[in-house]
Amino acid sequence: MTAVAAGIRFDPYVVPALDGVAYGLLVFVAAAGLVLCFGVAGILNLAHGTLYAIGGYTAAALLDGGWPSLALALAVGVVAATASGALVAGLLTRLAARSHLTQALLTFGVALAGGSLLVSAFGPDDPPVRLPAALDGSVAVAGHRYAAYRLVFIVVAALLAGLLHLVVRRTRAGMLVRAAVDDAEMVAVLGVSPARIRVGVLAAAGALAGAAGVLGAPIIGPGPDTADAVLLLSLVVVVLGGLGSMAGTLLAALAVGQIQTLGVALAPSAAPFLLFAAMAAVLAVRARGLATARRAT
Amino acid sequence: MRRGAVRALRRGVAAMVVAALVLAPWTVDDYTVALLARTLALGLVAVSVALLTGVAGLPTLGQTAPYAAGAYASAVVGSHLSDVGLVHLAVAAAAGAALAAVTVPLVVSARGVVLLMITLAVGELAVTVVGRWRSVTGGTDGLAGVAASRPLWGLPVLATDRARYLYTLVVVAALVGVVLLVLRTRVGLLLRAGRDDEARLRAGGHRVAVHVAGVHVAAGAVAGAAGSLLVVAQQFVSPADFGFDTSALLLLGVVIGGTASVGGALVGAALVVAARDWLFGVLPGQAPLVLGLAFVAAVYLLPDGGRRPPVRGRLLPTVPARRPAPESPTPTGVRA
Repeated sequence: MTAVAAGIRFDPYVVPALDGVAYGLLVFVAAAGLVLCFGVAGILNLAHGTLYAIGGYTAAALLDGGWPSLALALAVGVVAATASGALVAGLLTRLAARSHLTQALLTFGVALAGGSLLVSAFGPDDPPVRLPAALDGSVAVAGHRYAAYRLVFIVVAALLAGLLHLVVRRTRAGMLVRAAVDDAEMVAVLGVSPARIRVGVLAAAGALAGAAGVLGAPIIGPGPDTADAVLLLSLVVVVLGGLGSMAGTLLAALAVGQIQTLGVALAPSAAPFLLFAAMAAVLAVRARGLATARRAT
Repeated sequence: MRRGAVRALRRGVAAMVVAALVLAPWTVDDYTVALLARTLALGLVAVSVALLTGVAGLPTLGQTAPYAAGAYASAVVGSHLSDVGLVHLAVAAAAGAALAAVTVPLVVSARGVVLLMITLAVGELAVTVVGRWRSVTGGTDGLAGVAASRPLWGLPVLATDRARYLYTLVVVAALVGVVLLVLRTRVGLLLRAGRDDEARLRAGGHRVAVHVAGVHVAAGAVAGAAGSLLVVAQQFVSPADFGFDTSALLLLGVVIGGTASVGGALVGAALVVAARDWLFGVLPGQAPLVLGLAFVAAVYLLPDGGRRPPVRGRLLPTVPARRPAPESPTPTGVRA
């Protein structure tokens, strides 16, 4: 009430638009791991949403309203999700010569079992997430009240995206990963095991999903449906982004964020169809872009 | 000689399975009969998955989308327009085919993992729409109390589990028969050729993109019809019937059955669905865990259902695997 009296008001456009940026960046950090798995190892990792859920549940279990707990949750969530990603990679190693069908089925089995373990460990209800008090309030942005955490999240996620870009573009590890996409045999000739790159990539994808899960817990909270929802959103932005392009994925994720928040705020009755419509629209405009995407088999 | 014996054995087993299916409603209890009817509907979806994955070489995780479209179209028509099963089937098949046709531009140029990814996204999006479009689908609560249908004009309504099961069985048998017959024609040959060596087929002047679009729409129609059968079998429909786990179960069933075999897909899907329902009965709460572990075990134990026989390797000198060469226009100018 005091805020309203002071002339600060809620706005039907600015707040959803900002929410959309936060949501889009969250989906990007989650989907980036999927792009890595898919682009490098040619694997459709159906357990990716479960790795996000691991991070989310860790945040719900460890956050107690203080700053140290946030750091601890981030560390534990990332380590747990990284280990789980490496476990998936280990299970897949012996199936490397098999078809993509069996790999999809295996990762689905892992997702099913992992989701079940998470629900039996943390219960069937969506647990609350307790943020540090400083982040729990709202701040004024250009005359509008806005949740402080989401602003901080936008900054952190943007930093993560930048860091990812630097690692992929500027480091030796990133160079090897990009080389493995183009010619795994040549990388092997250089003395780097492609199998090791696969494990590294799946573990890194797990780390990204785990970080997204911990940081995104106040936005897409942990619960029995989380894994499916995150996997779906990630898939849609990966497809929209042109299957394998990080920049395209970022663009698609930001667009999906706007569709999901601004669309729901402005056209609630049409909202369920907006994602479908977006996919159709993108294809109508740049069907060639999708069609010329690298074929991983 | 040996091949002949194997064929005779397979025919014998098939005949026994069909006989058991026909006699089932008189030998087991009503609950099992209702379960069997639902399994048959899912088996028909598995046939559409096998058509795409095994026959045409287009792996899919998205057949739940036309399946759901068919089920809801059938339920809505059944509640408001007509109680004739044949009409429901036609509407459901049309709805499934229409949804598949809308997504043709998405799938036509994709193969392999890309296709799995796109079809999964389409399937999941469809279920999301179903869950949110309350005015038509009843949202996550689903549509209950769908009126009983009659198979044809003038026939009595399907009032018992046994009648509903027999109706489902007849429709599934008829549709599977049609699929098998069509696959024995040139169409089936062309689809398999596209699966085994697309470049060569294209070089021969065939329009692979048209084949892909055609089989995708046809499989959508089959899955849509299966949706109608699901509504008849359980007189209820909700988004839970079309989840991500259903897609994966169907794919596993098809892989177990041997991807290229339509009959095998039916049997495989039946086995997997039966195992799931049994697990949910004996292990309430723990079933997803056991099911997930069973998936992992099945993948390790099964022969690779997705791998194709190395026909080319025997006919041509082996060339080290390379990235596919940049595609050039084919004689017909079609770029699939």
